[in-house]
This record gives sequence, C-alpha cells and structure tokens, in this order.
Amino acid sequence: MGMTVVEKILARAAGLLSVKAGDVVEPKVDLAMSHENAALVINQHREVFEGTGLAPKVWDPSRVAIIFDHRVPAESPKTATNQKKIREFVAANGITKFHDVRGDVGGICHQILPEYGYVRPGFVVVGTDSHTTSHGALGAFAFGIGATEMASVWALGLAVNIEVPATIKVVVNGEFPPMVGAKDLILHVIGKLTAQGANFKVLEWHGETIRKMSTSGRLAICNMSVEAGATSGIVPGDAETLRYLHEEAGVMETITTVAPDPDATYVQTMEIDVSTLAPQIACPHMVDNVKSVDQVAGTKVQQIVIGSCTNGRLDDLAIAADMLRGKKVAEGTRMLVFPASSRIFAKALDKGYVHDLMKAGAVVMNSGCGPCLGVHEGALGDHEVALSTTNRNFKGRMGNPTGEVYLCSPAVAAASALTGVITDPRKH
Amino acid sequence: MAKVIISLGNDISTDDIYPGRFMATVLPSETPQFAFFDRTEFNAQLKAKAFPSGSIIVGGENFGCGSSREQAASTLKGHEVAVVAKSVARIFLQNAINLGLQVVICPALEASEGDELEITATQVLNRTTGKAFEQIQLPASRKGIMDAGGLIPYTRAKLMARA
Repeated sequence: MGMTVVEKILARAAGLLSVKAGDVVEPKVDLAMSHENAALVINQHREVFEGTGLAPKVWDPSRVAIIFDHRVPAESPKTATNQKKIREFVAANGITKFHDVRGDVGGICHQILPEYGYVRPGFVVVGTDSHTTSHGALGAFAFGIGATEMASVWALGLAVNIEVPATIKVVVNGEFPPMVGAKDLILHVIGKLTAQGANFKVLEWHGETIRKMSTSGRLAICNMSVEAGATSGIVPGDAETLRYLHEEAGVMETITTVAPDPDATYVQTMEIDVSTLAPQIACPHMVDNVKSVDQVAGTKVQQIVIGSCTNGRLDDLAIAADMLRGKKVAEGTRMLVFPASSRIFAKALDKGYVHDLMKAGAVVMNSGCGPCLGVHEGALGDHEVALSTTNRNFKGRMGNPTGEVYLCSPAVAAASALTGVITDPRKH
Repeated sequence: MAKVIISLGNDISTDDIYPGRFMATVLPSETPQFAFFDRTEFNAQLKAKAFPSGSIIVGGENFGCGSSREQAASTLKGHEVAVVAKSVARIFLQNAINLGLQVVICPALEASEGDELEITATQVLNRTTGKAFEQIQLPASRKGIMDAGGLIPYTRAKLMARA
C-alpha cells in the first residue's frame, strides 16, 4: 500500500518498512529546536535524570538547536536570567546550533533553521513552538511539542509514542492575481477547513501553484497550517527545495527528496484555484474568521505590523518597501516592521528597503518575534486595532485583551499603512 | 462527582488560558497564578482556592488551540482541575497527558456552570440534567505515559532500561 510523505518519513525514522495512519511509532529525531522556553526544557530534562545516577546531557548536541527570538533583547531581568541559564546549558552540552541575541546570525527560529540549512527533506523535526510546522516547507515532517516532551527528546533522541497522522491532500492550481499570494492562500484554506479542521492531521501541499512558489511562500503556508489545527504542513521536496538549500542556505552535500507514493491514502482532498482569489483577512478573534478584504475595507487601524516567522522575509519586505517608497504612513497609524532574521535585515539594508520604510515613517525593529505574541514590544492600547502579517489573532494576543488583531498579507498591510484603514491593495 | 466551575465556548486558546505576556514564568510551581488571567474574576477565584480539587472546567470544540506553551497545561494542573471538552487541540492534549492533567473528550457534552458531573471510564454523566455522554478514548499510544504518571517518569524508566 502506498504511503504519504509523512508516512514515508516516519517509517524511515522508526526503522520500519512501512507505516500507516494510526500506527504508533517512536521515530528518531533529526533536529530538536527550542527558543527561550528551553529554560523550562532544561528544568524538565534535569528532572528526567533525577535519581538515575546519569548526567543530564542531551543525546546528540549536533541535533539540538536553540534560537533566542521571543524576547530579544530581553525585556526583563527574568528573561535575561533565563537566557543566561540557557547559554550556560548550551556551553556545557556543546550545542553548536545556537543563535544568541546578535545582529549577524540572530533571528526567528523558523527562519534560522531553513536559512542555515539545518532542515533537510525527510527529516523529523520537533520544536517547542507550535509554528514548527513551518519546516514542512522543506519537505520535513515538523511539528510542535511541549517542553516536557522536548526534555524527553533531549534524553532519548526519540519522539515517544507518536501516532502516525492521517493526511489531507491540498491541491492548488492557477496563477495568483496581482497583489494576492501565499498568505492569502493559507488564510483562505484555514477559513475553509476551520481552526480545528485538520486537528491531528497533516496538510500535504501539491499543485502547479505550489510547485512554482518560492520557499519563502511555502514557509508561510506551512507556518500557518497549524492554524487549521494541523500537526504539520508539508510540501514534498522538489527542485525549488534543492535550489533553496544549495543556493540560499549554502548546503554542500547531496540532498535527497521524499515524494508520496502515487497510491498513497488521503483522508480528504481539497482542490483550490487561486486565479480568482481576493486578498484575505482573518478577523478578530479567530484565525478561521476569514473574509475577503472588501468585506472589512475601511476599518480604522492604529498599528500595522509587518514581519514574523510568517511574513518577515525579504520578498515580504520588498512588497512593503515598493508600496511605501516616497510616501508616508498615515497620521494616527504606527507601522512596525521586524525582519525574520538578521541576514534578511542586512539584505533589506543593502537593497534600500529599510531606508524606504523608515523614510515613510515605519519603525524597523531588530529581528525577533516582536509584537506577535504580546510579550515584549508593540503592545496595543485599550480597544486599539492592529492589522498584522503575523499568524494569530486570539483575544489578547498582542498584549491587550481589549485589542483587536486582523491578519493579512504584506501587500494589504502596506496599502493600509498609507491610508490608516484596511485597504484593498489592488485598488492602491 | 465534581462541579462545573466554568463553562466555556469553542476555540479557547492558550492565550486565553495562559496569556503570552507571562511566558517568561515557566516553572509549574509558579504558573498557576496566571491561569485565565484576563478573566479577572475567575482568575481571582482560582487563586483564592475557591474550588475543591477535581473541579471541572468545561470547554467546547478545539479547547487549548494555538501555542505549544506548556504553561497552559501546568497552570491548570496546578489548580488541580479537570478539563472536559467537546474536542481538544493536539499539542494541548499532549501536554496535558505529559503532565498528568486530566482531560476528557466528550463530543456531545452538554453541561453548564454549577452542574455536577461524574466521569466514568467511558462516559460523562451529568447528574444535574440526568443526561449521559460518551467519551472519546484518548489515543492508546498515550496510555503508557498516563499509567507511568506522566512523561517524566515514563522517559526516566526508558532511559534506565537503556543504561
């Protein structure tokens, strides 16, 4: 019987000839990623080793990645102390895939992992972050886990008792209209599936539109697959995956990709034609409350956010810079831009995007999770409205339970920055 | 038998259960103070230990959606409550099992605040309304972890078996 991509990956990682949805396996983990919540993982990891007489070491330091991004630079002594403890643990365990608070190699974990070639097609990737699904963009099976589960992975090198998820096949065809792209596609799909439509399942992405899409767009789509509840999103590795890893991530070794069998079993198949898709907006307070831009156009916005692990890549910043160049962010609206990595920030400097955005009135912040999860900077005032290219709009998400967050593409965010109200970029 | 102390709607997110701005607090011993922080009155009741151990939080569909933050499970575990919901988001469920927080999935559940529920091996009985609701059993793959008392002892045993 044929296997889906994830079934093939799990079979290989569990040392089995074949697996099917529902089987319980214990796959070897190829990459285990954490950010500041490594502070809790360290605590739980130490507890696992208590009374064993064994030293609390990670199973393979070359397979552990730790990236500071949620609160950089630290916003409080508590965070700074957590980061300090993590640094000490990194040094004691010889963890090399460590990205500290730095303007050269720092950034958001879900950009750093692809950018440095840490993720390969066929890998099993776990991360203590729900948006670990992002790495499916490179053909890996990547999913979010809690801190205690990561402590278990650090100890054993295995993900224990994993149930092989069923897969939904999403086939996307057609050419995007102008000002419409990957973010609109994923918002549209989440609206169709609902926030729990893919709970415990994988979204496997296919079709001409996906084949032609850059890794940047695929990362946005896989990043937000979790917002439909999916365990993981995955784009089977192809020519674009190899191009990205060799040319952009600088990977020298031979890379093999994993494709699903033609007779693989899917629980559901969705077909989508993007040629008539309008810009999409997820309205407060749920990611599946998706409308087309014309339904909410004119809504007044106090804060525009462009960035994050969803849409803080160079092509996203280029869209914003092109629209804002020589113009001004509307009075009464503030615009925050945070690139997904220091490397992207540097490229945006070289290309003049940062200059364009700042001249227009945007505040360009250091790379990090920024305002997305309301822990650090860019909090909303009471009853303020944000329009953001990030991935979640739950009540309180941007630090204020009375605030409202609308989610959109970089094109919608940039067009709206100029007017101060939600604006259709096609009419810009 | 235990009382429903709050009955919540669908899509209760981890930001609702444990707001992101308290994520620098990680230790299970410290997270309970921030449970449902922005539901001011409920948070105050929890902190005042107004509810006996085993009290029940009722959720609708997709309880615990969103972030992988384990604080959302540890904060509820700290208050010794149980969650009974129509459906539960994957990572939250996994975290709950790993930490030993009781979560019961009951798709047709009808229960209001103040109702008395009895959780059996296969059903949830609403003693106030007299109705019975079938549970969906948690994945068999997780039983070993539950039986071991959580993922930490489970992993420790595996580690020792290897050594």
